[in-house]
Amino acid sequence: MSDPLLKVQNLRIELTTRDDVVPVIDDLSFELAAQESISFVGESGCGKSMTALAIMGLLPEKIGRVASGSIIFDGEDLTQASEDRLREIRGNDISMIFQEPMTSLNPVYTVGEQIAEVLRAHQGLGQQAAWTMAEELLDAVRIPNAKRRVSDYPFQMSGGQRQRVMIAMALACKPKILIADEPTTALDVTVQAQIFDLLNDLRRQTGTSIIMITHDMGAVAEMSERMIVMYAGRGAEIGGVDEIIEKPLHPYTQGLIACVPHILATVSAERERLLEVPGIVPSLREFGKDQCLFASRCPVRTDICLQKRPPIETDPSGHSVACWHGKDAS
Amino acid sequence: MTDEPIQKARSPFIEAWEMFARNRSAVAGLIILVLISLGAVFGPALYPTDPFDMVWAPFSPPGDAGFIFGTDYLGRDLLAMIINGARVSLIIGLAAAVVSIVIGVTIGALAGFYRGIIEEILMRITEFFQVLPTLLFSMVIVALFGASLPMITLAIGIVSWTAVARITRAEFLRIRELEYVMASRASGTKNAKLMFRIILPNALPPIIVQSALMVGSAILFEAGLSFLGLTDPNVVSWGQIIGSNRQYILDASYTVTIPGLAIFVTVLAISLVGDGLNDALNPKLRSR
Amino acid sequence: MRVFYAVVLLAAVLVLNFSLMHLAPGDVADTISQSMGGADQEILDKIRADYGLDKPFLVQLGHYIGRVLQFDLGHSFFFNQPVTQLILQRLPATLLLVISAQILALVLGVVLGVYSARKPNSIANYFVTFFSLFGYSAPVFWTGILLLIAFSLKIPWFPVAGMRDVTISGGFWIQFWDVARHLVLPMITLSSIFIALYSRLSRATMMETLGADYIRTAKAKGLSNRQVIYKHALKNSLSPVITQAGIQFSAMMSGAVLVEAVFSWPGLGTLAFQSIIARDTPTILGILFFSALVVIVGNLLTDLALRLVDPRVGGRK
Repeated sequence: MSDPLLKVQNLRIELTTRDDVVPVIDDLSFELAAQESISFVGESGCGKSMTALAIMGLLPEKIGRVASGSIIFDGEDLTQASEDRLREIRGNDISMIFQEPMTSLNPVYTVGEQIAEVLRAHQGLGQQAAWTMAEELLDAVRIPNAKRRVSDYPFQMSGGQRQRVMIAMALACKPKILIADEPTTALDVTVQAQIFDLLNDLRRQTGTSIIMITHDMGAVAEMSERMIVMYAGRGAEIGGVDEIIEKPLHPYTQGLIACVPHILATVSAERERLLEVPGIVPSLREFGKDQCLFASRCPVRTDICLQKRPPIETDPSGHSVACWHGKDAS
Repeated sequence: MTDEPIQKARSPFIEAWEMFARNRSAVAGLIILVLISLGAVFGPALYPTDPFDMVWAPFSPPGDAGFIFGTDYLGRDLLAMIINGARVSLIIGLAAAVVSIVIGVTIGALAGFYRGIIEEILMRITEFFQVLPTLLFSMVIVALFGASLPMITLAIGIVSWTAVARITRAEFLRIRELEYVMASRASGTKNAKLMFRIILPNALPPIIVQSALMVGSAILFEAGLSFLGLTDPNVVSWGQIIGSNRQYILDASYTVTIPGLAIFVTVLAISLVGDGLNDALNPKLRSR
Repeated sequence: MRVFYAVVLLAAVLVLNFSLMHLAPGDVADTISQSMGGADQEILDKIRADYGLDKPFLVQLGHYIGRVLQFDLGHSFFFNQPVTQLILQRLPATLLLVISAQILALVLGVVLGVYSARKPNSIANYFVTFFSLFGYSAPVFWTGILLLIAFSLKIPWFPVAGMRDVTISGGFWIQFWDVARHLVLPMITLSSIFIALYSRLSRATMMETLGADYIRTAKAKGLSNRQVIYKHALKNSLSPVITQAGIQFSAMMSGAVLVEAVFSWPGLGTLAFQSIIARDTPTILGILFFSALVVIVGNLLTDLALRLVDPRVGGRK
């Protein structure tokens, strides 16, 4: 098998807070194949977005840094790349769309200009060519009357339309990877479905790999082949989406799936037991401790969970889990 | 996490003071201000030279014949003038600030409390006063109605209340929608009591900060007027010393630099205190 | 709408002007009689009748506004000239001073503000902090005198006073250069207050803007730092600064009075000063009116500038 498109190995990201250095990502490894779609799942504050920003080389300056591990993209370690090289990659080979379409576009430039700008920066297109291309892209993300709307300002568009503009901008240079950080959280339910359809269609057409960040299990099932469940900066469970939904090994994953009743094929006793994951994500102070960080909320906790961090165990199908009781679940 | 000791609730004044005391430049400003005020109050008694007397040869440089700041073009003791000028500057600064705060708070409070047509009219009046160049306007008032100290105070106060009015109105608009105001409104509290007993105290922090700054700008304002000669000829003030000596800067630049420095240091001290108050009273910054 | 409102404001200034004139002790008749060296009651009454001063307040106000509409602001007894003519002679000098100081303050303020927002620990940042304290606390006329002592008396780089050197004659560029040399110190003096204000403001808005989501987007696009800052962040930070500049037009006119007095700049401020000393009421009120006019026009121009910078202002369809 050829090398994966993106290979993250033992990544550790440290955040400097007022009185401490906290590992917000702690020993995370995963791979992304070309044309594959993978989803990061977990509650807010568990490090999903940090991972995305690290891949983009956009960790907050002076606060966050990659402490160890590597991010190999197309054979090149991005954690070692120069700022200039990263700038070449950003928006060109790897691009990203964000959670807040309302504020993610610059209010004082037309959407056409904001799309054309990427093309000029990376593809060396001239003013006119970039603008024409921007029109085509708007059309491709199904904004009606693209020829006219291209000279609209963001405030003249709805939230769903703005997110389409963001997608057009991200896909302008036909990137190898598109990172979508909760792209539909801020949108209406009906619009959410349209955006997912659009992303799926575009992926089929362009062959772009997608990294989806979400806390919505429904979106995962719709968008991705594989998923990574994150908890408190650590990978809890990695595997095929169908397999995990069918047979979740980590108690946290079980809890998350139970939160979304409709993806369970059969209504079972499971649903009765756990309609939400009780408790809250541990505070940053707890991060990095040598124990299972989910223990305080876990229904099957034993003494060992509080004494030692669980190792990652992988079964032959590539389904891995970090839980002392992972096998018991099966 | 749970074994942190429970903190006792403390007076907001003590808390604000502790915040303020932590700000070194604000404390320095406060000390300077206290010294200047003491000088203004007790100075003339301790250094009884009459600022209008010709005591020595004109244009004697600082230190000459024991005159620390030297003498001006009429041979008057510059130190005595500075000390007596401090009184005028501080009194007019304070009094004019009080005038503008009273006008500004009243207009801002009425506009923010009653909304509707009253707000519309009052804010139009405020804008009208913002269009008139303040110094020119007060020059006109002083020129038409005479340059007595009360008139100068009034002239400065009348032209500089607009900022206070805007801030007060904004605070009232914000606070009047809060639950505790709604609650006491629902329980039938009278409007006057709502305005001055319930909303105003909570609107005070930004008004206090603005008031501190107002004193500084009123002192600058008075200095400008008296520099132009629009002042009571029977008293000495810092701006007036500069104005009357400025033809002689070639011979005696200190007659201009020293009083200017006095104004500068006083206003600087006030604005440092204002910044300190801002940090201490602004709850948004409190937790940092 | 804005223009209509501006006209209403101007009318309000006229009413205020007239009321002030009415309230002030002494009237035109007194002034005239003084300049004649005293007059008896009969002559005073005749003058009052001639000038319509015996009519009711509102009638007089109507007459006054009617005259102003014909650009007649009265006659200056001190300068013995129509007030309008007098003011129009002096207005260009003040406009030159105010506009050039405004431009200098905006350019320097924004440059300093942006620079110090990017480098919070740089010298520029301390400079902005220091400068804003100085600009706020130092009386502007004192700053002017200090500059005058330093760069005109001690080091004779710039002329001491006035706007032109009467001994210099020549083509346009020679004259231009002459006025420019005279302008430098007054312009710097007047802008010193506002550089402080604008740099502080643009530093604050720039820092806020740099944390905005669309700046993250711009970085994620792979744009260069320069583009992120000067294209995406700067244009967004400009609106508050321009708004503030509009508000400050009035303060600029006030400051100009003092600066003109220091440098004997032959503008409205000097005229105001002279006419106040001479108790020349029509001229004083005329100047107040024209200053308000300048401020109102300045505000309208600010609105236009805001529309250029921010498409959300002014409701394009």
